[in-house]
Amino acid sequence: MTKPVLQCHNLAFKYAGSGFELQVPGFSMQAGETVFLEGDSGSGKSTLLNLMAGVLLPQAGHVSLMGQNLNDLSASRCDALRVDHVGFLFQQFNLLTYLSVLDNVTLPCKFSKRRRQQALQQCDTVAQAAVNLLNALGMADYLRQPVGTLSVGQQQRVAAARALIGKPDLVIADEPTSALDARHQARFVELLVNQAAQQNTAVLLVSHDPRLAAHCQRREQMSQWQVGVRA
Amino acid sequence: MIQTLLLLASRSAWSRKASLLLLLLSVITSTCLLLGIDLARQSAKASFSNAVAGTDLIVGAQTSPVSLLLYSVFRIGQATQNVPYSEFERLENDPRVKHALPIALGDSYRGFAVVGTKTAYFEQFQYGARQTLQFAEGQSFENYQVGKPAGVLFQAVLGAEVAKRLKHQLGDRIALSHGMQIQQTGPSHADKPFTVVGILKPTGTPVDQSVHISLAGMEAIHVDWAAGVPMPGADIPAEYVTKFNLQPKSVTAVLLALNNRAGVFRMQRELENRPNVALSAILPGVALSSLWKTVGLVEQVLLFVAALVALVSALGLVSVMLVALGQRRREMAVLRSVGAGPRTVFALLCLESALVMFVGVALGIVLLVLAGSAFAPWVQAQFGLQLVAVHELKTGLAAVAAFAAFGSLLGVVPAVQAYRSQLQDGLNPRLN
Repeated sequence: MTKPVLQCHNLAFKYAGSGFELQVPGFSMQAGETVFLEGDSGSGKSTLLNLMAGVLLPQAGHVSLMGQNLNDLSASRCDALRVDHVGFLFQQFNLLTYLSVLDNVTLPCKFSKRRRQQALQQCDTVAQAAVNLLNALGMADYLRQPVGTLSVGQQQRVAAARALIGKPDLVIADEPTSALDARHQARFVELLVNQAAQQNTAVLLVSHDPRLAAHCQRREQMSQWQVGVRA
Repeated sequence: MIQTLLLLASRSAWSRKASLLLLLLSVITSTCLLLGIDLARQSAKASFSNAVAGTDLIVGAQTSPVSLLLYSVFRIGQATQNVPYSEFERLENDPRVKHALPIALGDSYRGFAVVGTKTAYFEQFQYGARQTLQFAEGQSFENYQVGKPAGVLFQAVLGAEVAKRLKHQLGDRIALSHGMQIQQTGPSHADKPFTVVGILKPTGTPVDQSVHISLAGMEAIHVDWAAGVPMPGADIPAEYVTKFNLQPKSVTAVLLALNNRAGVFRMQRELENRPNVALSAILPGVALSSLWKTVGLVEQVLLFVAALVALVSALGLVSVMLVALGQRRREMAVLRSVGAGPRTVFALLCLESALVMFVGVALGIVLLVLAGSAFAPWVQAQFGLQLVAVHELKTGLAAVAAFAAFGSLLGVVPAVQAYRSQLQDGLNPRLN
């Protein structure tokens, strides 16, 4: 068996002065696996994601990314590891409004050598890799458009392309469909998961909406890891 | 990586161009102000110290050194008393004296001072780096001797500025006024007009704003005057003045050059202790520097105000950056999520303030150089000031460099703020 992409081990985290605590005894994701993580707002989703990204450090236990214990890494090493292996996709405002669609998508390849090299394995240029992804996500006609002129749904597709470029091992999508209307939600998740499957990228889809679970292989509840009540 | 940084910084800045442009303008303004004040100061200083050279002592009736300097060299203010002509002659014939140039003031021509002197003035007066006066057109007035026609008396040599401003040419007839009046309202010497026989080349000194006539000519226009007004019923036509004694009775000041400069203090002591006449003798350099000290206070206040303006504009830069930071949290979070470390974002912000400061200061310097060369003729015409080159403004350029460095340094404040809030925000700031 290959080593997991992401692994949480005996994780415990508590904000100072809060009665609320997160405890994750064990959670892991294998390469290419899609996991649906269900939780309402205030359930500690963002905290958990920040722990997984190494932005927050746990009081106990550890998170491993690609077998590397994030506790052991310096902040800059952690930043580098994260961009090399993880693409992020948030609810809204994922894009830099002053860059074109294409420039937004290629950004991770500018900060990560690994992502750039992986993009160049598939295509001749990074831009071509971005175009291919945008094509697959139905955004071929908007390459040179300023981001500000796109609809929210279109912006999310651009953000998805950016999260996927350069074949990261994992995409963390935090409520990626909450700003979309119901009709587009399912379609968007389908596109994202399909594209990820093609390049063997694992997807952690975090949402309060249980309907999206249908697109994923596995389903986890935030509530199983909550201890205490949030004030 | 550096390329990416620069690209992001410039694109991001461009997207906020309106507010950055205003910041840039305030930096440019401060730069121009700092440099402009230094320019005015240095130019004034240069033209002050250029006004007289090669003169070891200035002799006048007893007065303060600064006021003697002001009226004898800069034609500012008036002498209350004069030096008897006999004293001038005594000095002229003193073997220790290389040359003695008389200066008689009191009349004016359309706001320009009339200087009564001798022809030697045009050969021996020195200014700037020991340059002597040059004629652009014509030549000196003639020395009057008894027996010559009256026309010789009424010849005038114009300073460059006088001729240029009043569009005078050789042969023009000009009527002098009594006293230093700008409008022709007071008593006039219109009955005895002067003919322009020479026009001097520009010097950038008060000579440019002077009308030079002979001492005898000055005596001649006053033969029918007494106590500062025309004598009633005593109109003496110009052609008859030669019948009168035109020997001058006094001069306002004497510019002295000594054969041996080492004797200057002894000469000064001697002159100030003359029996029967109360004289002052000053060293121009010493008087200039004490004059400059008086003016220097104003100049320091101006520099201080300019420094305050620069400080305010640097603080403005920081406060605008800090306010913008709130709106840029999303941008920072996006950058973090695509792999820019907090240090990269920190660098991005520092880069931006530094860019605004240095571009602003550079543009300010360019603007001042352009404005300096564009307005130099006007300033020369209006104030008789020759602007010094901008690269000679050591103080101003140092101040401006300090301003750029200080502003860039202050730019670290918003960057630190951003760095800290990023660590709290994580990758996805909760806005609203």
